[in-house]
Amino acid sequence: MDNNFSSADIEFQQEVRAFFKSAYTTDLQAKVESGVDHKSIAIEWQNKLNDQGWFAVDWPVEVGGTGWTPLQKFIFETERCEAGAPDVVPFGVKMVAPVIFTFGNDEQKKRFLPRILTSQDWWCQGYSEPGAGSDLAALQTKAIKDGDDYLVTGAKIWTTYAQSADWIFCLVRTGTFEKRQQGISFLLIDMKSEGIQVNPIHSIDNHHSLNEVVFDNVRVPQENLIGVENQGWTYAKALLAHERTGIAGVADCRRWLREITELAQQQTNYKGMLIDDPQFQTRLSDIEIELLALEYLELRVLAKLSSGETPGPESSLLKIKGTEIQQSLQELRMQTIGAYSGSLHLDDFESDLHRRGSNSRRAYMYGRAATIYGGSNEVQRNVIAKAVLGL
Amino acid sequence: MNFEYSEEQVALKESIARWAQDNYSFDQRRVGAVSDNGFSKDHYNTFAELGWLSVPFSEENGGYGGSVVDIAAVMEEFGKALVVEPVFPNLILFGGLLERSNNEAIKAELIPQVIDGSLMGAVAMYEPQARFDASNIATTAAESDGGYSVSGHKSVVLGGAHAKKIIVVARTSGAQTDEDGLSLFLVEADASGVEVNAYPLMDGQQVADMHFNNAPAQLISELGNATLPIKEVLTIAHVALAAEAVGLMEVLNRTTVEYTKTRKQFGVTISSFQALQHRMVDTFMSYEQSKSLLIGTLVELTDERTTPQRASKMVNALRTLVAKNGKHIGDEAIQLHGGMGITDEMNIGHYHKRMMMINLMFGNGDFFQHQFNQVAYAS
Repeated sequence: MDNNFSSADIEFQQEVRAFFKSAYTTDLQAKVESGVDHKSIAIEWQNKLNDQGWFAVDWPVEVGGTGWTPLQKFIFETERCEAGAPDVVPFGVKMVAPVIFTFGNDEQKKRFLPRILTSQDWWCQGYSEPGAGSDLAALQTKAIKDGDDYLVTGAKIWTTYAQSADWIFCLVRTGTFEKRQQGISFLLIDMKSEGIQVNPIHSIDNHHSLNEVVFDNVRVPQENLIGVENQGWTYAKALLAHERTGIAGVADCRRWLREITELAQQQTNYKGMLIDDPQFQTRLSDIEIELLALEYLELRVLAKLSSGETPGPESSLLKIKGTEIQQSLQELRMQTIGAYSGSLHLDDFESDLHRRGSNSRRAYMYGRAATIYGGSNEVQRNVIAKAVLGL
Repeated sequence: MNFEYSEEQVALKESIARWAQDNYSFDQRRVGAVSDNGFSKDHYNTFAELGWLSVPFSEENGGYGGSVVDIAAVMEEFGKALVVEPVFPNLILFGGLLERSNNEAIKAELIPQVIDGSLMGAVAMYEPQARFDASNIATTAAESDGGYSVSGHKSVVLGGAHAKKIIVVARTSGAQTDEDGLSLFLVEADASGVEVNAYPLMDGQQVADMHFNNAPAQLISELGNATLPIKEVLTIAHVALAAEAVGLMEVLNRTTVEYTKTRKQFGVTISSFQALQHRMVDTFMSYEQSKSLLIGTLVELTDERTTPQRASKMVNALRTLVAKNGKHIGDEAIQLHGGMGITDEMNIGHYHKRMMMINLMFGNGDFFQHQFNQVAYAS
């Protein structure tokens, strides 16, 4: 037993650390934290990563990715969080791209992957529907063949950044079979197509990132079908497993924990400092101790991945525990800051504390979604019950 | 990076598991547990023959030279089998302090007897007024006839009912709650001035309160300078108990899942109810968390880069989490067994009693969390 990195991995870690230090400038940081003009700032950051060759972390080298080992990806992700740098917008590079380079044809790879790398195309995800949330296989959006095209009718919901997307990747129903999971296809749809309407959904973080996307007889060329018709569920499942592995968010949690601890050293409580209040200490250590356990749980999964095992139900466990801890930290961060955490301001702050307060409110409010998306935590419990306990 | 036990450690664990499967069923265990000793001397001798009692001792003292990881591997397996034989008080506490003694003659004489299973020892450390504070020591030692004599009252001495030799922690200088000023003395259990009042604990251990009244004692540490060996032994003891608890958790969870698959109510097995499935997933997660933090603690304790502060943080985090999760898992195991869970004939309750006892040994969850807070946040 040991948690030693090889000298090559240590060298890699230092290289990554140095990169983030120089690339994630204070200017960029201020823009990111303002939350204003999200898309152009995200593109600026993603292009910096791409210039370095470090944008397509999960892609194989042949299609322009890093080809990194699981441990290298882990080191990269840890250093990114330590630097406080934002994650990439996942829908193109992390979600649809792996489906395209795994199940798509050469034509599709050539057409879509380079534009994802350069962030020219902005993607959104069309999975959930008003009548199909955690029970994704209940989806009803229909794609009916019409000449060389499909005609798509239905509605998708919770579609993040649909309002600024160029493309949407959708699960659509192309056939009726006894098993609902059959008869689902994976289709790429141009958001400029006629018959698409994007209706904004305003969320409790007072932001607009979510949407409903309605399709009314939208014409989609059959060449936009990924893989084989009616096999889309298989492709989507591979993608969902992918979505869950990075979801524990350990490094982000560590950063929040550090921020809370530092804030509590500056905040007063009664006549003393908040950090010296035993009740506060216990709230903090309740979370910190769980986080220490989660860190090693993630490392154990990573070690298994590194030795060639595929991630199983452990990813569900990481998702549940990780999101629970994230939410506890988001709440404690608000409590630590105090009344500024109610602020709706996005700029023009009275002080640094005001800025942090407003950020913590947004993180907490939007953070409630973490136990719902990517398969709700209750669905994850069903997965574990079946796979691990054999129930 | 590797978070698995080594091949040797897996082999050691498997040998214990095999022995337990063949010789230590719940009913076989009970025979020893209800005997006068509270355990089976035959089983204990077998442990010696199989070399398990040599694990924590250094090679120069005739031991296997095991690390804290080896100790955890053994204790996790003993936890799974719910071994009642006094491995912990003899090897980890008595043996641990013995090995850290500065008296080479005593070490050369006694350690081989601990390893061959012939010597039963105990450490008399905690006192009634001290609760979990190992440095709140009112027991004193005085020089007499070129030696020493000790006086004081020691509470819940593990292995105390059957110990032949006792290591007594006594204050030789400083105030009652000072961290320093403690010394270790070896006292014969049948010496004059030693009164041993034995009683059983809920987990089957035979312990004792001990009253020393000018009992003849031999100094086996530097005078007034036993704080470091005590701390070292307690660190290993904390990890050993946590490893044992992780073994208990594994069995409690497994037994409960199996039980719900056979128990029928409302015409179906109760494992088909989602309310119960999710509770079992939660206990599974509690186990995985505890096991992960145990492994993390082992990895960091055996890494020379780890600072003493970080080591203390990890050990206190581990025992805090094990206390919380152990209670969670034990309580749920009983609840999901229904009425059967509270019967003496099911092993569930016995595992849970051992778990509850571990969570009262040398600190409880609140105590360890307080220690953690001190290390992590004290300004």
